[in-house]
Amino acid sequence: MKSRILFTAAVSVALVAVGATATAQSDVPYPVQARQGQFTLMQLNIGVMVGMIRGQADYDAARAQAAADNLVALSTLDQSFHWPEGTDNASISGTRALPAIWENIPDVISKWNDFGTAAVALADVAGDGLDAMRGGIGPVGASCSACHDAYRASP
Amino acid sequence: MRRFLVGVGVLVLAGLAGFWGLSRPSPAAPEDLAALSALTPDAQAGAAVFWAGGCASCHAADGADGDARLVLSGGQRFPSDFGVFRAPNISPDPVHGLGGWSLAAFANAMRHGISPEGQFYYPAFPYTAYRLMTDQDLVDLWAFLGTLPAAAVPSKAHEIGFPFSIRRTVGVWNRLYLNDDFVVTGDLGAEANRGRYLSEALAHCAECHTPRDALGGLDRSAWMGGAPVIGGQGQVPSLTPSQLRWSQGDIAAYLNDGFTPSFDTAGGHMVSVIENFAMLPEADRLAVAAYLLALPEMQN
Repeated sequence: MKSRILFTAAVSVALVAVGATATAQSDVPYPVQARQGQFTLMQLNIGVMVGMIRGQADYDAARAQAAADNLVALSTLDQSFHWPEGTDNASISGTRALPAIWENIPDVISKWNDFGTAAVALADVAGDGLDAMRGGIGPVGASCSACHDAYRASP
Repeated sequence: MRRFLVGVGVLVLAGLAGFWGLSRPSPAAPEDLAALSALTPDAQAGAAVFWAGGCASCHAADGADGDARLVLSGGQRFPSDFGVFRAPNISPDPVHGLGGWSLAAFANAMRHGISPEGQFYYPAFPYTAYRLMTDQDLVDLWAFLGTLPAAAVPSKAHEIGFPFSIRRTVGVWNRLYLNDDFVVTGDLGAEANRGRYLSEALAHCAECHTPRDALGGLDRSAWMGGAPVIGGQGQVPSLTPSQLRWSQGDIAAYLNDGFTPSFDTAGGHMVSVIENFAMLPEADRLAVAAYLLALPEMQN
């Protein structure tokens, strides 16, 4: 399991880099592109499971498990390098990150850890059937919203 | 000089009389109340009206979750340019809630914004929308509210400054902003018509998604065109088709599970709104989506 997480994390990092390169024409600083890629990856993997819940795709235990494991892997990524000071939405354009993030680092870390906890709980059940997976998705979504409400500007 | 003073005095009195006349409460007509009491209430059907109307989102206690959203003890704060409104206790408690109310009192609150004591409610309570509710939905909702747990919690006082602390000012406001018709007019087809009723009469989406004028009235020419967050920061998004650009299925699914088409999550007050919509049949979520896709674009 551990090596699988590490492997997935490595793949995730690579994908983040690819995602960032793809949008590198924009003026958004590279670390901001990296964290936006990180969130896009989170959305992509959640989407795999939400698509099954919505009936847009058949439930597939292996795909659900892979998506949930990816979320766990993403939650373990070290966040040191893609949140440099001066990359809030008051300082630069192209981000919705509120300055409050840098004023409340312990709370931000706590909310990020809540995502990790919810992702681990989801990964425990994602392969156990549609209903089990559905029950695990709610807390993950709630952990996203909790941080967005406090630290992300509305569009 | 004396004649001048008398003239000023007469003008002031005329002005006061005019204000008093314009701000007079106009409660429900006896025949309207008779029509309501002639109906057979269905509390179970009222549950759907309750969720569609979003009552719990404001009247449940702050942070209430799950079944606690059925305890309507009030207390949530709603900061605005006019001060802080506090949602009252509307549980069936006979002392602090609606336990002692008649159906007529409920109808006057929901349709005319008038309390049993004849006082005006502030339009933070969306009677401006609820007045478009059908008679049957109104009596069903009243029956359902009576089945909920009573909470012996006193309502909190609003924190509103002068001159808005004078409730009679709301009487004048009502003359300007109370309407008896839908904003989006015409026959939109059965599905979108249902969505219009759900959105404009019950769910009161426009209260956040439509900009307001200086007196806090909704700008009906910019209906659902997006607006600043009331008492907060940022912008509530526009829901018009050219701005939202979601499909009917996207909108209905979002109203059920809270995920956008790119699997971002709903935030803020919308989380609570989605908890309400998730309690409704899928056909109702699709109807709201059909209505949103039929919205006219903003005129400017």
